[in-house]
Amino acid sequence: MIQLRTRGIPINITETLIKVSYINAVGELVCFSPSLNKTVLLSTGVPPLERHLVIAAIPSLKDFGIGDILLISPNGTISSLFREQSAHNTLFITDRCNSNCLMCSQPPKNTDDLDYFFEINSQLIRMLPPDLKELGITGGEPTILGSRFITLLELITEYLPNTAIHILTNGRSFAWKNVAQAIQKVCNPNLVFGIPLYSDYYQQHDYIVQAKGAFNQTILGFHNMARYGQRLELRIVLHKQTYKRLPSLAKYIFMNLPFVEHIALMGLEYTGYTPKNSDLLWMEPSEYADELEEAVSFLDGMGLAVSIYNLQLCLLKPSLWKFARKSISDWKQEYLNECSRCSLVAECGGVFATSKKHSGKIKAIAK
Amino acid sequence: MELPIAKDFRKFKGPEFYEAEFSEYFLLPFKFHRINDEKEVLVNEVGDFLIVPIGTARRIASRDIQKDELLYEDLFANSFISNKPIPDLIDVLATRYRTKKSFLDDFTALHIFVVSLRCNHSCHYCQVSRVSENRQEFDISIEDLTSGIEHMFRSPSPSITMEFQGGEPLLAFDRVKFGVEYALKLNETFKKDITFVVCTNATVFTDEILEFCKEHQIIISTSLDGPEFLHNANRPKSGAKSYQMVIDGINRARNQLGEDQVSALMTTTSLSLEYPIEIIDNYIENGFSNIFLRPISPYGFALKNSKKNRYHTEKYLEFYKKGLKYIIELNKQGVFFVEDYTTIILKKILTPFPVSYVDLQSPAGMINNVVVFNYDGYVYATDESRMLAEQGDFTFRLGHVKDNYRSIFYGEKARFLSQYWSNESLAGCADCGLQSYCGADPVFHYAAQGDFEGYRPTSDFCIKNMEIIRHIFDLLDSDGKALMPIFNSWINNRPRYQ
Ligand code: SF4
Ligand code: SF4
Repeated sequence: MIQLRTRGIPINITETLIKVSYINAVGELVCFSPSLNKTVLLSTGVPPLERHLVIAAIPSLKDFGIGDILLISPNGTISSLFREQSAHNTLFITDRCNSNCLMCSQPPKNTDDLDYFFEINSQLIRMLPPDLKELGITGGEPTILGSRFITLLELITEYLPNTAIHILTNGRSFAWKNVAQAIQKVCNPNLVFGIPLYSDYYQQHDYIVQAKGAFNQTILGFHNMARYGQRLELRIVLHKQTYKRLPSLAKYIFMNLPFVEHIALMGLEYTGYTPKNSDLLWMEPSEYADELEEAVSFLDGMGLAVSIYNLQLCLLKPSLWKFARKSISDWKQEYLNECSRCSLVAECGGVFATSKKHSGKIKAIAK
Repeated sequence: MELPIAKDFRKFKGPEFYEAEFSEYFLLPFKFHRINDEKEVLVNEVGDFLIVPIGTARRIASRDIQKDELLYEDLFANSFISNKPIPDLIDVLATRYRTKKSFLDDFTALHIFVVSLRCNHSCHYCQVSRVSENRQEFDISIEDLTSGIEHMFRSPSPSITMEFQGGEPLLAFDRVKFGVEYALKLNETFKKDITFVVCTNATVFTDEILEFCKEHQIIISTSLDGPEFLHNANRPKSGAKSYQMVIDGINRARNQLGEDQVSALMTTTSLSLEYPIEIIDNYIENGFSNIFLRPISPYGFALKNSKKNRYHTEKYLEFYKKGLKYIIELNKQGVFFVEDYTTIILKKILTPFPVSYVDLQSPAGMINNVVVFNYDGYVYATDESRMLAEQGDFTFRLGHVKDNYRSIFYGEKARFLSQYWSNESLAGCADCGLQSYCGADPVFHYAAQGDFEGYRPTSDFCIKNMEIIRHIFDLLDSDGKALMPIFNSWINNRPRYQ
């Protein structure tokens, strides 16, 4: 697992975004801060003091590389916001959320962080390489940012006109037509909105996301966004609360939301709220294999694009292997010891390094 | 847009907390139909269905369904019941309904031109053709053809199909040629998406004809009734082997135009009804991956002879079921072969999309989706309407090509017929559980029952469609798991294992 955060001893550091320019002869990272218009040095040792903006004595720099964009703070913390080598970069919008999903992997906080992250992101977007292929937008719930969410989308459209933008949102805000309309006005064909739907029965969805009225809002949101020509992905997390109605949900999607361009069915990441709600959520993927197969083959048969995320090949029926994607972000992905003996390790996405528990049925597949 | 977030919000609550508060559920519009000894199908306004035990509709109506039943969730999720008289997601239902009926959005797409009544065959079921050399009398005049084409371009539809029929239209190839060329010329201005189809017996191809078809990507739709003995019996042609001629014609057209430019239609006769398996095998042998097990055309028989019609309907239903069963078996063994009528109905049952099939839709296909320009310059509502006209009944004549567009397409006749073209408002159909999947056919009911509205209990149109749709539901109920992948492959017209 890659460390996205570390800390050193700050010397003259104010909070700023820096981009790693090159690695000098002694292995220090020479960075540049556009807002300060100054060079900043990151070092594992204690560099000569005439260099006045320094973070020194950092335990390791191995997880940072040229082109990376880092946020440094007066207390010496360094957080990686963009990794040049990664295909999984995201803009983090807020920790706040208007839902409270039972299985949230990154539980929301009720802090007022909107201004803070908005400032960072407005700078970050301008520093990103213009030829960037993909960029995610995530939270919390990004649309909580309101009209400034649209501002960010406009900035992205201006600075990253060719980047595929994948936005994770619960879609509830789109129940208001004006929100969907405002997004249409941004006029960026590269935006895809990934919106979760956990059941075709309102009460079950509302319970899973712990918000009354969420189902209706999300469904209206899907329809409004489709009406305004937006590209949509539908996401389903697989667990004890969702598996039973999975085939009905698949039918519901095809009948009522056939305009979604992709459906992702996702294994549970055992982190965040999930360990806390383990009794309500956890089940061995083998126990929902039938429902999963029925739903996937139905959707695929109806010509919709389907993927399975976060589930290891050894836990899937072979008929579903072709739908499995290596979806776990590189920085939190790993293989288990068992995997070293597996013939499919090259095709398999491995497991969440962040999961505190894995399936007991992970088993190497012989040739 | 921003919601105030209280601390309490982050405390997890049980499922009960999220249940909507209401005392008794409300009914949304739905209908039902018995499909076998144990099951009935519930169908809502937008065609979503649930197969449930008999008596369920009664239980729903008597507010008997309990919240802890799985069925309760299904009924709620599929808009059969609601917590409010007008459900929160009514807009979604509205969109669904609009989508289902969106085959109406663009108005007439299929324009049939009967360019000649002359034919080199004398099929005994054919009511219209003349083996006559009198071109003056039986070929469409260039003038009328021109006016017809101009009307075609007045259709608001962005995509149109120009279909040449006969008789044998290729006996008047000069008319076909003129028609295609004139349409293409006008299309330089109108820029519609045009498909050309020629319905031919495939026995009169020349190099010139095929080259022309190739140049303009004209689709060849031909008639193949099945095995040699059957085809020849149906289609006597003096001094020639009709079957061999059509097979040669199909192969020749395929070679020159490409496999997918050539399709075949079967005409069902009393003799055909004895040979469903042989007909299907013949289609497969000849390289087709689909067949339309068409009902016997009542227009070829004494239409008002209800006894004979009923007999044919019963025989046809046996024929259809036997054929369908055989085709399903083939698919189970891995052969990709599609039955077209079943597929049309399956699309209506299993997808949210509009299905425009002029013989089974509501509002009916007449005028809305199809119109016929006859060889004599008169305009008819459907292909069957012009057959009635050949028997001297001009009821469905909308006007003459020389009349203006409004008076033909929106005139008094069209308005009169519109009273009878929606099964939503026809006695019997209005409360039929299968209404969403069926259609309306005023021409048939007028011809067979002397009544535009028709009387459903003795209507062969109703008996046939009700039984076919019921049968399909019965199959879904009894063997759904195995059949769904096959049916999906038919709906999407692609083999199961790519
Ligand atoms: S053993 Fe490991 S590599 Fe093999 S399929 Fe399972 S999780 Fe993947
Ligand atoms: S024709 Fe018969 S089966 Fe069709 S909708 Fe009318 S009553 Fe129902």
